[in-house]
Amino acid sequence: MGKRKIIELTNIRRNFQVGTETVHALKGISFSIEEGQFVTIMGKSGSGKSTLLNILGCLDTPTSGTYLLDGSSVQSMNKDQRARVRNRKIGFVFQNYNLLPNTTAIENVELPLMYNPDVSTSERQKRAIEALEIVELGDRLYHKSNQMSGGQMQRVAIARALVNNPAVILADEATGNLDTRTSYSILKLFQELHREHRTIIFVTHNNEIASFSERNIVLRDGKIISDTYNQTILSAAEALERLPKEENEEEKVI
Amino acid sequence: MNLSNLFRIAWRALNKNKMRAFLTMLGIIIGVASVIAMLAIGEGSKRSIEKQISEMGTNMIMIMPYDNKAVGGVRMSASNIQTLKIKDYEDIRNKAQYVKEVSPYVSSGGQFIYQNNNYPASISGVAPSYLEIRQLKMKSGHMFTDSDVKRYNKVCVIGKTIADNLFTKGEDPVGKIIRFNTVPFQVIGVLESKGYNSMGMDQDEIVLAPYTAVQKRILAIDYLHGIYCSAESEDLAPKAVESITQILAKNHNISNPDDYDFEIRSQEELSKMLTSTSDMMSILLACVAGISLLVGGIGIMNIMYVSVTERIKEIGLRMSVGAREKDILMQFLIESILISITGGLIGVIFGFFSSYGVKFFAGWPVFIEPWSVALSFVVCSAIGIFFGWYPARKAAGLDPIEALRYE
Repeated sequence: MGKRKIIELTNIRRNFQVGTETVHALKGISFSIEEGQFVTIMGKSGSGKSTLLNILGCLDTPTSGTYLLDGSSVQSMNKDQRARVRNRKIGFVFQNYNLLPNTTAIENVELPLMYNPDVSTSERQKRAIEALEIVELGDRLYHKSNQMSGGQMQRVAIARALVNNPAVILADEATGNLDTRTSYSILKLFQELHREHRTIIFVTHNNEIASFSERNIVLRDGKIISDTYNQTILSAAEALERLPKEENEEEKVI
Repeated sequence: MNLSNLFRIAWRALNKNKMRAFLTMLGIIIGVASVIAMLAIGEGSKRSIEKQISEMGTNMIMIMPYDNKAVGGVRMSASNIQTLKIKDYEDIRNKAQYVKEVSPYVSSGGQFIYQNNNYPASISGVAPSYLEIRQLKMKSGHMFTDSDVKRYNKVCVIGKTIADNLFTKGEDPVGKIIRFNTVPFQVIGVLESKGYNSMGMDQDEIVLAPYTAVQKRILAIDYLHGIYCSAESEDLAPKAVESITQILAKNHNISNPDDYDFEIRSQEELSKMLTSTSDMMSILLACVAGISLLVGGIGIMNIMYVSVTERIKEIGLRMSVGAREKDILMQFLIESILISITGGLIGVIFGFFSSYGVKFFAGWPVFIEPWSVALSFVVCSAIGIFFGWYPARKAAGLDPIEALRYE
């Protein structure tokens, strides 16, 4: 595993002006994430984890501090440059999937590449199919988003996050809307991606998920209160095995 | 940014909402179709009026005697005013600029008689050039010649109405002798029928004879009732009128235009009057159609605006995967332009159909000007950009974080 640092945060602060008051959402966050790490960022609501995620995802810029993503400093970039970084180096996975409605899986996955003029039409399709094959949806390329189950939709969303071969995958409560079985299967997928040396940051308020990752950063009130490496990483595949068998055969397709 | 990708994105987005896109288009379709149909009806009626006028001879100029002693005294009818002379005719023929053909004109009313048929009409004494000036054509026989004029020959050519009323047994009129009151004339030709003109006058109730014969053998006068000319072209008619005016003023020794003892009228005035009416109608129709196009455009804005609000989350997602502000702006602009241009194209087709429908069912003359198609097309593209701009701007200005969180 490479020791190259993908993300380096130094003393990140983010203030919001609410009326006349200044809210300090992040009060000096510093950490770095190496290539191939699977990190969970935990915290209750109001802890600043959403703000941190927005900054990590280049949707927002810090008030002060420096953020190096894959060697380039994000805080000095303008909107268009950040859009380009999001397009090339970041893959988002959202809690509510955020698929385009009434649109086929392949078109959803192609979306990031549509905004990359360097990728030709044929390459775009090839890469979208490859990404859908990674998430085991190679046989559902032309299913529309409203004909899919939650788990399938989240897999499409993960394929969309993979298609641009990003430096880091940012998952925001990616299992929040899913039942236990489906959550495990999605976590299993993340662990598989981790095994392929992909860098994954998983933001959640669910303690259980943290035990499937290798590192766990906990936020409270805009500060890091703990940053620990898991000694024993649970296997989502095994957790899935242990679940009582479903009577309904169709559910297994998830 | 890759424009073809943006087109593909916009096209896919429209495809998701075919019904809505179609309903939005409907406003543009109806607007464009009505602009084209209305302009076609306006242009058609204008052209039919112009055609009728040109059948009378668009470049025709009429010179009539005029009683300038307007106040007091006995006023005379035009046929009794003796101011126009043969010399005027000859001078116009020889000296006037931009004048192509000239013919004197004298006429007399009376009864035409052939065997036991008779018909009341007037005989017109003219020169052979009158045929060309009035755009008349011979159907059979031939027109009298300059030598007939010189010799005061009692020959004539007759119109269809006269021929039908005198030669009821279907004889060939050419070569027959008819009488005008008591004076015998030999028919040497029959004119092609022209039907009724736009004022409802029968243009076939006509008998033409050499003006010398009518002057000497019937009326016993040496002046003219009028002079007919044709200008070299319609555009040159005003210049021809000017030149004729100078000649007549000099001949009659009159310097003040108020004292002119003649009156010159060109077809241009008549055609101006008639076309201005139809022009006004065209403008009115175009305004009505234009308003419907505008309403269609506002429809686009309305739908695009709703569509932006409805798709805030989608916009947030697009931004999160790397769409820049201008990509979003372009996407929504392209969507509205696609709607308006597709609507415009369908509208053009509908415009053609409805124009010809009007022609077919109502029998109105229509003519589709290529520029009216081009105009409505350009206008609806402009509408697409204009009315799409504001919603597109709104979409592009969204904050990605807010947009992603929007429920």
